[in-house]
Amino acid sequence: MKILVYVETLAGVITTESEELVAGARQIASDDGTISVVLIGKGTDAVKALGADRILTVPTLANAPYNPVDHGTALAEAVSQESPDLILVNYTTAGLDISSRVAMQMGLPLFAYCLNASVTGSTVQVKSQIYGGKLTSSARSELPAMLMMNAGAFSGTPAPAPRDADVVNLSITETSVITFVSSSAPDPDAVDITKANSLLCVGRGIGDEDTIEDARATADLMGAELVGSRPVIDLGWLPKERQVGKSGRKVKPKVYLALGVSGAPEHLEGMSESDLIIAVNTDESAPIFEHAHFGSTVGLADFLPAFREALDKRTE
Amino acid sequence: MHIAVILRIVPDLSDELDIDDHGTDIDREWVGLKLNEFDDHALEEAVLIKEASGARVTAVAFAGDGAERQLQNAVARGVDDVLMIEHNLKMAITSRMAAHLLAQSLPELGAQVVLTGVQTSEDVYGQLAPFLAGAMNWPTLNAVHGVSVAGKTLTVTQEYSGGHAAQFATTGPVVLGVQTASRTLRYVPGSKLREAAGTSIAVSVAELPTDMVRTTTDALEEPQRNSSAEMIAGDANTVAKRIVAVLSERGLLGVKV
Repeated sequence: MKILVYVETLAGVITTESEELVAGARQIASDDGTISVVLIGKGTDAVKALGADRILTVPTLANAPYNPVDHGTALAEAVSQESPDLILVNYTTAGLDISSRVAMQMGLPLFAYCLNASVTGSTVQVKSQIYGGKLTSSARSELPAMLMMNAGAFSGTPAPAPRDADVVNLSITETSVITFVSSSAPDPDAVDITKANSLLCVGRGIGDEDTIEDARATADLMGAELVGSRPVIDLGWLPKERQVGKSGRKVKPKVYLALGVSGAPEHLEGMSESDLIIAVNTDESAPIFEHAHFGSTVGLADFLPAFREALDKRTE
Repeated sequence: MHIAVILRIVPDLSDELDIDDHGTDIDREWVGLKLNEFDDHALEEAVLIKEASGARVTAVAFAGDGAERQLQNAVARGVDDVLMIEHNLKMAITSRMAAHLLAQSLPELGAQVVLTGVQTSEDVYGQLAPFLAGAMNWPTLNAVHGVSVAGKTLTVTQEYSGGHAAQFATTGPVVLGVQTASRTLRYVPGSKLREAAGTSIAVSVAELPTDMVRTTTDALEEPQRNSSAEMIAGDANTVAKRIVAVLSERGLLGVKV
């Protein structure tokens, strides 16, 4: 079994999701298998510590900012060179950029939103989230295949022993027709929701923009910061720095009160490790309830005033 | 600049989803349908680029329930032309299938920029924008949050986790997987929608290649539910009091930190 893993870095450090991906690859391949890692950037020593056998790098891009064309070309070159049975990438922005494009160009089956994977003979079986986590899909294909794994799919997998990996330089020739211009980080002066002990999150089920002020007043009474899921941010009802989830911030408060939040996988990725999760949503099949410690299906139009009244009475 | 924006009709997740008798798909006969929310943002962004640059925008959809209406609504939103891709598929169209169909039909349009939603809730076999980019050998940027235009150059903002972002410049060709438009989606008055309802729709016919990559769905299932969650029974007042009690017992009510 030969597995190729595309590893991502952030500020020069291999991401936790990528570390878990390498550990997952070793679990699938077993000790006898070969794990090759595509690493575009620095960090070969860190990858050796993760237990990879081969590290494929692109020296000409070692200090370059992320560019989807270059990274896709490097991954395709690595696939051609290594002929792996499985290619693993994370479900991230870079994973979205390169996995389907390379899979199409190289005629590989691709599975996305993967929760787990196993190989029997020449077949890979995959379980994926579908319909916002309301259902799961079990699917298979012949090898070779590419898998885009959800964050946390391999969390808890024991870290493999370090290996003295060979470092191989990849040569890529395609010139990018997309030019990196600049990058930006979260505004340091904006509220940092990752530091809050208590968060009140509103989702699409909040109904309309007028309800945001009710939610804000409720958050103040509760001593919580008001945050939102992606649809609420996209509607412009709350500023971007208050977004929780895959494309927002990852939070782990002592309490997370989710109002009208369905619990799409991308949202759960950002808050599922909260100490105490309480969810209120009229849809009893909403995935948020799978992660909540307490839940209710009462309507928010009734709940919000009742909750404020209960909070008021407690503080009187 | 000519922009194509791809619109897909998807199951409405606010509806109950039933699994069909084969156990491998949802029962599509009864489920509600809606425009994919990310495609809605792609449509808005395409119209914003048109308004900023004078670009021509063509909305493209695949023949099927609701497609004609969505294309006509796109006209009301501001696109110039609409195109329906006719096909002979009797099943739900996967993103890879859609990319193959589009790769046949789009060259007729001559569009240099393609916008579509970054994902749908059912593309477990990969996403459309990068598949299409692969089929046409074009570059692609995904998780796009806004596009600005100056002359022939597009500056595209791409989002990463943790609130990070980067800007890229391109003159095309390019396929963009849009996550969020630069501004909130515009309201379209009913009079405009009624006016657009009579729009005639151009048709392009496409079919899948015979050697398409195969995957097999064995089962759709409801995920195992977390039995440890305590569902609080009663009316809103009862639920509110119980939640306040839980927070109070744990010392979780107080001032912001």
